[in-house]
Amino acid sequence: MKRLIVIRTRALFKVFAILVPLLFSGYAVGGATSQHSANAPQSVVGDPAGEVVHGAEAVPEEEKAGDVIMHHILDNNVISFDPFGEIHLPKIPPIGGVDISITKHVVMLWVVSAMLLVIFSVVGSKYKKMTARQAPSGLVNAMEALVEFIRVDVAKANIGTGYEKYLTYLLTVFFFILLCNLLGLVPYGSTATGNVNVTLTLATFTFFLTQSAALKAHGIKGYLAHLTGGTHPALWIIMIPIEFIGLFTKPVALTIRLFANMTAGHIVILSLIFISFILKSYIVAVVMSVPFSIFIYLLELFVAFLQAFIFTMLSALFIGLASAHEGHDEHEAGVSSH
Amino acid sequence: MEGLGLGFLGAGIGAGLAVIGAGLGIGNVAASAAEGVARQPEATADIRTTMIIAAALIEGVALFGEVICVLLALK
Repeated sequence: MKRLIVIRTRALFKVFAILVPLLFSGYAVGGATSQHSANAPQSVVGDPAGEVVHGAEAVPEEEKAGDVIMHHILDNNVISFDPFGEIHLPKIPPIGGVDISITKHVVMLWVVSAMLLVIFSVVGSKYKKMTARQAPSGLVNAMEALVEFIRVDVAKANIGTGYEKYLTYLLTVFFFILLCNLLGLVPYGSTATGNVNVTLTLATFTFFLTQSAALKAHGIKGYLAHLTGGTHPALWIIMIPIEFIGLFTKPVALTIRLFANMTAGHIVILSLIFISFILKSYIVAVVMSVPFSIFIYLLELFVAFLQAFIFTMLSALFIGLASAHEGHDEHEAGVSSH
Repeated sequence: MEGLGLGFLGAGIGAGLAVIGAGLGIGNVAASAAEGVARQPEATADIRTTMIIAAALIEGVALFGEVICVLLALK
């Protein structure tokens, strides 16, 4: 009983040790702006919402909050490690009018790929060494839970028979998006999935996979018949354009959903921080900016998982619908029989 | 200057309307899902997946609206 109390007191102390500096760092933000001193924002580096800080530091006070927010969200060729300087990425001359120089988000994509390679080669080699009766532990266990979740609840539930072929793609895209989303929440990181080009590329992969699944399941004749929606030939002149546009709405919706969700969280956090800058008050910083931005930050952690899951889930769903053997006109019957 | 002000006003009203629509939609989905789970607790997993997909689709439409509003406000 006594030990329990001791443990509880220690836990309480830990909570205070985290919370008190947080409150004061928030205080420092408000105070520093109202005094117009230049060195102030450096005192907030310890803030969990600290990734927003370098956006705030990079600009003089005359600039509008909106500009700072856009600067933080948009892609550029500077990686800033703010009190410690910044890295200017090399500019590559455009090839055929297309600018292919390396940007912040490209570097984040590389980082994510490298991390995935390391994590999964470690997990895989540990998995090979395990005997059949051994339970996985630590990282291996965590990864197994996620992989099993994707395999059973996403791939198998939505695609049905023959889901193994698509499992590699679904797992890759899930962990890739998840890590991209999570790295945006780390100080000095940026969200590569908050760039519409990245999400459009990912959605394009899903689009081609969906179309190839449909072609494989129905053949070219069935695929073209699907475009007519099974209607009378007189209606084809309306049906074919509609179905053709319908092909592209799904990947576009995937693109916008992931992009807007990842961008929106950052905008909300930055706006909350900027309320205290705009009103130039201590109280707003302590009462509103810091607690609310921490809350949104935690919500963003959840959204990072949710969006990775939804992208994977919808990809699996589209593949499953495309390769299902029901026609478009029997759509309702197909859904209810699943 | 007046045109710009009207543009900002439009962006703000548009964002609010998109949120109202999405809120009503997702509220309906969640209410029905809760009812479904209460009636048939063994179908919780299926209902949750269906609910998340529907909510994501509704949210997607709302986000289209929001993106348009952001573009309006920034241009």
